[in-house]
Amino acid sequence: MPEILVYAEVQKGEIKKGAFEITSKAKALGGQVSACIIGKDVEGLAGELGKYGADKIYVVDGPEFENYLTEPYVQALAHVAGLVNPSIIFISASAQGKDLTPALAARLKVGSISDCVDLSMEGDKVIAKRPMFAGKAYATVEALGNPQVLSIRPNSFGVEEIAGAGDVEKVDVSLDTSKIKAVVKSVEVTESEEPDQTEAEIIVAGGRGMDNGENFKLLEELAHAFGPTATVGASRAAVDAGWIEHGYQIGQTGKTVSPNLYIAAGISGAIQHLAGMNTSKVIVAINKDPEAPIFSKADYGVVGDLFEIIPKLTEEIKKIKGQ
Amino acid sequence: MNSVVCVKQVPDTETLIKLNADGTGIETAGIKWIMNPFDEYAVEEAVRQKEKSGGAVTLVCLGPDQALDAIRSGLAMGADTAVHINDAEFAAKADPYATAVALAAAIKDLEYDAIFCGKQAVDDDAGQVASILGELLDLPVITIVIKFELSDDGKTAIVTREIEGGHAVIEVPLPAIFTAQKGLNEPRYASLPQIMKAKKKPVTVKTVADLGVSAEPMTVIKGMELPPERQAGKMIEGADAAAKAAALAKALHEEAEVI
Repeated sequence: MPEILVYAEVQKGEIKKGAFEITSKAKALGGQVSACIIGKDVEGLAGELGKYGADKIYVVDGPEFENYLTEPYVQALAHVAGLVNPSIIFISASAQGKDLTPALAARLKVGSISDCVDLSMEGDKVIAKRPMFAGKAYATVEALGNPQVLSIRPNSFGVEEIAGAGDVEKVDVSLDTSKIKAVVKSVEVTESEEPDQTEAEIIVAGGRGMDNGENFKLLEELAHAFGPTATVGASRAAVDAGWIEHGYQIGQTGKTVSPNLYIAAGISGAIQHLAGMNTSKVIVAINKDPEAPIFSKADYGVVGDLFEIIPKLTEEIKKIKGQ
Repeated sequence: MNSVVCVKQVPDTETLIKLNADGTGIETAGIKWIMNPFDEYAVEEAVRQKEKSGGAVTLVCLGPDQALDAIRSGLAMGADTAVHINDAEFAAKADPYATAVALAAAIKDLEYDAIFCGKQAVDDDAGQVASILGELLDLPVITIVIKFELSDDGKTAIVTREIEGGHAVIEVPLPAIFTAQKGLNEPRYASLPQIMKAKKKPVTVKTVADLGVSAEPMTVIKGMELPPERQAGKMIEGADAAAKAAALAKALHEEAEVI
């Protein structure tokens, strides 16, 4: 039975959904599952991981971990890895996880596999499937070192309730401060409750057809009607026009996403955009041009004026949601 | 400020990816190759810092003969010199770890205050090389940078990086490694005179053996596949926008069951 260590990321005082996804996946793969959470005042959260398959939960808690910084987090997680001696480490490929994973692997002198979307076991080794070229191709990859370190794309696996022993142990980590050269001066997080595009279950994205930045309000209203698991996205054309920040861009030079529902409004469907959202479970295209390439990839197509259709759709969704 | 910029040559983002005959990699025939788009932001930032405060910009690139085109693009943007680790065999099987080992070996003999990389290469999308480089060179690494400022004494960088739902401002003493995200700057188009001048700028060519390193990859690609082709679904019809919106909402709710 492989010993799997899962890093459980905490954000805004809660363990992220992606952490539960990889914890229950680790359990489902037949592992002995340890989880590690790092932060300030996070000890009280630890027990919850037991419900999703964690047999043991290591807590690294202290003021020095209030804001994420690569080096202290690498030291803390490497310390816990030293206690657990895992053969596999899973980290959710969130913004933080993407920074932490290769740095941790390098510290442990092994390789890592980024952004895995599927996993299988061959004996005690995990084999991963991951997108390349923003999803234009998929590679089956094996990490040769011990431990095998993998970051797992959010939304790749469901959160399953599988009981683990759930023993919580607090761990003291004495940081080697000589290696901590960077300092966090300030952190600014918008109050919005919207999930990150890579973690959202529903994305309402706008492209060149939005005409200006102001009109993205229509998409925000629609996303809002869908509820807290929905957010807004954009094509490169909309970002390059300066209508919306780059953090919203979906596609090969933006984010690769696979939500349950992707609504593309006024997006023609350039190849680098399609690559970034191709694995969405359901794609809706709304475009006034019936020849737009996006329609060939869409499960539902609506030819028409998005400025008329989106507000009406918002009303309909509110009705369904009983708002 | 002296900078090193790591650049990689990748297939143009417009490329339709096909697999090679044995399914172990992509079919490279007919591909248009470009400098990795995120590396353009890295080159631009290094050149801007040079223009502000002096110093030199050195490019380091691992790749076969044709990667020289990406190097020339960077030189045309304003970089001064380049090291081309021209080792087709090594480059072909190099994973992020092996790539970082080769780059680190080339970089350790250079003078630099900052190393800039793109946040990821848009071919393998791993986003790992800069972090491994930091470990190998024992330097701090700040990823996903969208703003870079040098302190007045030139010894510290104050950078803004993207985090989930916002930004963090990080101060770090130099030397350090930074990965460039879109939004850091607007990369320039090289003018024709700059392109001509770039052809005369010095490019040192080395093999991995010259650098005295050997690195076995730590990850291995066992096979590749293409995603299943999505098929066009159904068109939602209706007399007007309201009718179409209602029909769409109904389909999403009752048929697709996503809401």
